[in-house]
Amino acid sequence: MSISITIDGKEIETEEGETLIDVAADNGVYIPSLCYMRGKPCLGTCRVCSVKVNGNVMASCTVPVADGMEVSVADPEVADMRKALVEINFSEGNHNCPSCEKSGRCELQAVGYEVEMMASRFPYRFPVRTRDHASEHIFLERDRCIFCQRCVEFIRDKETGQKIFTISERGTGAQIDIDEELANKMTPEQVTEAAEMCPVGCIIEKGLGYNDPMGKRKFDIKSLRQRTLEGEEV
Amino acid sequence: MDQKLNDILLQNNSDKTRLINILWDIQRQYGYISREAVAQLSEALNLSPMDIAETISFYHFYRTKPFGEHTIYLCDSAIGRMNGYQAVRDALEQEAATGFGAVSADERFGLADTNCIGLSDQEPAMMVGDVVFTRLTPAKVASIMADLKAGKAPADIANPQGHDSHTLAYVESIVETGIQNEGAVLFQPGRDYKALLQSGLGQHPDEIIDDVTVSNIRGRGGAGFPTGLKWRLGREAEGAEKYIICNADEGEPGTFKDRVLLTRSPKDVLLGMIYGGYAIESRFGIIYLRAEYWYLKDYLERQIQDFRNDGLLGTDILGSGFDFDIRIQMGAGAYICGDETSLIESCEGKRGTPRIKPPYPIQQGYLGMPTIVNNVETYACISQIIEKGGRWFADIGTEDSTGTRLLSVSGDCARPGIYEIEWGMTLNEVLDMVGAKKPMAVQISGPSGECVSVAKDGDREICYSDLSCNGSLMIFDESRDLLDIVRQFMHFFVEESCGICTPCRAGGVDMRTKIERVIDGRACQQDLDECVEWGALMRATSRCGLGTTAAKPILTTLDKFPELYQAKLSEAKHALLASFDLEQAVGEYDYAFKALVEEASK
Repeated sequence: MSISITIDGKEIETEEGETLIDVAADNGVYIPSLCYMRGKPCLGTCRVCSVKVNGNVMASCTVPVADGMEVSVADPEVADMRKALVEINFSEGNHNCPSCEKSGRCELQAVGYEVEMMASRFPYRFPVRTRDHASEHIFLERDRCIFCQRCVEFIRDKETGQKIFTISERGTGAQIDIDEELANKMTPEQVTEAAEMCPVGCIIEKGLGYNDPMGKRKFDIKSLRQRTLEGEEV
Repeated sequence: MDQKLNDILLQNNSDKTRLINILWDIQRQYGYISREAVAQLSEALNLSPMDIAETISFYHFYRTKPFGEHTIYLCDSAIGRMNGYQAVRDALEQEAATGFGAVSADERFGLADTNCIGLSDQEPAMMVGDVVFTRLTPAKVASIMADLKAGKAPADIANPQGHDSHTLAYVESIVETGIQNEGAVLFQPGRDYKALLQSGLGQHPDEIIDDVTVSNIRGRGGAGFPTGLKWRLGREAEGAEKYIICNADEGEPGTFKDRVLLTRSPKDVLLGMIYGGYAIESRFGIIYLRAEYWYLKDYLERQIQDFRNDGLLGTDILGSGFDFDIRIQMGAGAYICGDETSLIESCEGKRGTPRIKPPYPIQQGYLGMPTIVNNVETYACISQIIEKGGRWFADIGTEDSTGTRLLSVSGDCARPGIYEIEWGMTLNEVLDMVGAKKPMAVQISGPSGECVSVAKDGDREICYSDLSCNGSLMIFDESRDLLDIVRQFMHFFVEESCGICTPCRAGGVDMRTKIERVIDGRACQQDLDECVEWGALMRATSRCGLGTTAAKPILTTLDKFPELYQAKLSEAKHALLASFDLEQAVGEYDYAFKALVEEASK
């Protein structure tokens, strides 16, 4: 059913039940996110896509649009909340962009630029996290993990459908794990898919480091904002 | 292949949605869940071993290593700490000859802390095996430990008369029921359940729902959603199956009313669930019982069996053509499972992670089917509403909060326990009733609720439109260190956050750091301002009720008792923030320097 909503005062015609973050992108409004992947089920973990819907703050990847919805993305209060959520990711883990293989093609870094983050308002914790290098083709650099759960939900063993990446423990003790046996069965294409799907530099493909020179890296060529608005798979 | 494990799998139909039960069966058989067991499960359930580890590691009570012949979980709660927790803890360490988080050298005892176990009216309390011990003192601990060392089973110590675990006498020999007054709705004696159900099933499902709607009852779990509307939506929802779930997870610190309802009026709860099943045309009910209430399990199974034997559960109930049965799903130690979608995930054998909404359980709940989740007390009330009519219920309480509210009262008062009050009573009236002397603050609805000041809020009414209360009421008198209680509550939320969303997982830790800083006298006004700002962030952006409320211990005390915070603030003596400890920051310089010199000289 065709419906009408407003985003930042602009009237938009769309279909009922479409996901708000997609509707916004299709109409030129960029809403940052670190877990959402267009076309895949909503994960709702990072909350960075929070906007105001009829005055209430909601994660736009979880909102099916309905007729008459009034959405505010630019509202300064909620814009600052998005920025705070990006910042807290930087202080919760260990993110050293200059030395990271993912620099220039990292979504967290790119979103940091989009929300014009300078430093985290939250105290940096410098947590001690162990790496997992056991599998043949993948480094798991947990320092950089933001628990988006893309890998957990979207990467599966082709033969059995079992999870290759899992999350253990809970809360602050949570960590992403990799099943070595299943990981070693991954095809090179699937390894690349997993590494590219990771919005940070946690899943790193062995044998590949700083593939592109500065100035020619993914988000140097075209920004995350542009890619999102053009409906490109990030 | 291990035969016993094979039997466990067979009993559970090798069904991965029953993983919580399978893991419990394994742990109860072997004491812990070994790698070998996980490997075997992995084969049988087509789950990777690490996928199974996801679930195991989520829940507090599962163990992947042996943790003593007897694992003792001492309840670490704000109320326990007011009643001698530390002395009991010391006594346990001495008697068990080990520290907390560890196992004794003879491998007989493992000691662990656990959050509120639903016994706030009789703390300190601890769980040992399937039973609990209450009103602990160092002397009582010594006696229990001596009996355990002598080879007595925990149940035999807690229940010296040897009552059958399926009986009320067994439950009441372990735990005092603690009902302190007589109310208008609940705990009515001598009910003829067969006649009641016969009469209820004589009505059309729409009439049942109409009665619930007219009663204006709102969900007793705390959120206060109108139950009549929920049931109406449940009836209208389409699904190959539908499910009725009773939320008996009761994890909110300070709450124990559901424990008492399930002890004294379990059949009221079952009857309410049957009405729910009849109203929405569901054939299956599940009681999600928190693992801390294991001592109630056999007793509840017997109640369910009684109903089956009398034709009140099963096929063609009382000749009506309606089929309905109820099973008990045990939890495994996770506060978050009190959230209805987390609870459903747990019922499906997974981590208790809250789902994205929509879809709501009423659309896609348990196994993807329309599901109604209501609190224990809601079902018990409905069993009365269907008997006496919605109007009768609506006449009790206030206009927007009908009926009664069970209060679990604990803390500084003469008579802690269970009180059934009509909604609309003022806080002062409640405090008088329970014999509170010099009360300073009252924590309403547990850590996720609000801390109110008796001086400022004493005349407020307990009802949805004013002081909304989920049943937990903890009283702190003037002698208590409220900021330390706030710290404990923040610690609770950090421990119980599932971690799936960023604001709750990360924000909770930063908020806890703030309150610690205040207590240490290293905070300045900026810290308090940031508490308000970050608390608002958590409230607005978290994924579920845990995260949205987790900052409330700080926010509500900051609002009601600002002087406590102000008194702790430090004056800036130099350009650095008070929270910056220069000594500590440079303290490791010498160590690092030496280490580097040694490294270089190698």
